[in-house]
Amino acid sequence: MLQLVIYGIVWGSILSLGGVGLSLTYGIMGFANFAHGDIMALGAYYALVLAAFSKHIGVPSFTFGPLSFGFPMLIAILGSMIMTAITAALIDKVLFKRLRKVQSIILLIAAVGVSFSLRNLLQFVWGPQPKYYFKGIQITRKIPGVAARIKPDEVFIIAISFLFALGVHFFLKYTKVGKAMRATSDNPSLASTVGINTEKIITWTWAIGGSLAAAGGIFAGIENRFITPPLGWNMLLPIFAAVILGGIGSPYGAMVGGLIIGLSEELSTAIIPTAYKPAVAFAIMIIMLLFRPRGLFGRG
Amino acid sequence: MSTILRADNIYSGYGELEILHGVSIEVNEGEIVSIIGPNGSGKSTLMKTIAGHLEPNQGEVILKKESITSLKPDQIIRQGMCYVPQEDNIFPSLTVRENLEMGAFTRSDGFKEYVQDVFRIFPTLKEKRRQKTATLSGGQQQMVAIGLALMMDPSVLLLDEPTAGLAPNLANMILKKAKEINESGVSILMVEQNAKEALSMSDRGYVLAMGKKQYEDTGQALLNNEEVGQLYLGA
Repeated sequence: MLQLVIYGIVWGSILSLGGVGLSLTYGIMGFANFAHGDIMALGAYYALVLAAFSKHIGVPSFTFGPLSFGFPMLIAILGSMIMTAITAALIDKVLFKRLRKVQSIILLIAAVGVSFSLRNLLQFVWGPQPKYYFKGIQITRKIPGVAARIKPDEVFIIAISFLFALGVHFFLKYTKVGKAMRATSDNPSLASTVGINTEKIITWTWAIGGSLAAAGGIFAGIENRFITPPLGWNMLLPIFAAVILGGIGSPYGAMVGGLIIGLSEELSTAIIPTAYKPAVAFAIMIIMLLFRPRGLFGRG
Repeated sequence: MSTILRADNIYSGYGELEILHGVSIEVNEGEIVSIIGPNGSGKSTLMKTIAGHLEPNQGEVILKKESITSLKPDQIIRQGMCYVPQEDNIFPSLTVRENLEMGAFTRSDGFKEYVQDVFRIFPTLKEKRRQKTATLSGGQQQMVAIGLALMMDPSVLLLDEPTAGLAPNLANMILKKAKEINESGVSILMVEQNAKEALSMSDRGYVLAMGKKQYEDTGQALLNNEEVGQLYLGA
């Protein structure tokens, strides 16, 4: 059972990273970005290229202690987060910016279009076969004092996800841009009246959402050791469930929601067959929509 | 006294629906001026048009001798006029202090002094400064909305029904605060449903009905006007 909790926290951390961006975009722009999962996958492929490139230019490729990776992957994570942030902001500039004044259903359909395009682009460039981050498997280790085992890579994923969550919290709570972001999400017309440049805030939102999505995509790749083009699309449903559970528009809700969905999916495997795992996210989402549609942290 | 704000022969409304049919009003420097009138008379439409949230079909709005008719709300704020709408006038998930910070968003200095000024006028807000605005009472939220506007250091303040939905004692308190702000040198134009209270503290007043100006006079004279009393003050 404890072992399932560990899996749940790892999976939940990855969902949380995806959820924060999805929730922020919804909060600021009021539409559900169906392309968010594919932005995660894009980040994972950027990392693949950057890691290979780092090795190629001679970055020492020894691994850090028990982890499966070293400097090239670290460079790849940071680089991919920046590149994905820029790509997400560009997608907004090229496409969504033109649709700012239309109904949100049209934005949603446009996002589905972006999702298909990105996924097929990834498949066109890298093919449908899995691309491996690392060869071989990593041996789990016993956690001292607890009857459960964990892979060193998973400790890294949990720790860094936690740091990112903390970073998002401090950014939103204490920086001028972060506060303006919350203000814009609260009351866009008052925000622009007091002189907040909402276009700039929107760019920031895509950039932050994009970089966290990249981290989530890469971490999913590290956990599975390989990536495929539909990687993000397949995570979109549990991420939506997490965001709705937490209260759509609330980044804190997305973090908590991600963990709850991750834990529930993994713990459910103790009683129901593993194949039904994705249905658990669905069930939680439906129950939440029926009984508390604004979610745990949502505005009433 | 010089005129600080003048709306000249305003025709305005929503799309095809014209609500104001040629209304002219003015506010002199240092004055507090009230607009009263029945529901649907066009009071809020007039405020929105002056504040730049609606563009008039015809007519002109002049602030400090310059036309602001085609300016956007944020540009008008930079010219020194702030509008506190009746609803949606705060950031509910932000704390009181963060709301005030947003009021000073474009300013880089003097934040502390302005916050102290707002806290002096509304001491309650100082106590609640760390609280989320959504958790405050209606009266306190109204204080935040006015405080947010004061952070922008306006020379003219537009208040659209600042006491809407408040209990009588709170409504009186808010009106007193408006007077206090006016005495500190801010010219105020407000729309009020508590017509008697508003007129008695105003330098001048306008009575609006069916999209036209029906009366204009000093606040006291309007209160004493029998016709106005019968038709609009429920006397």
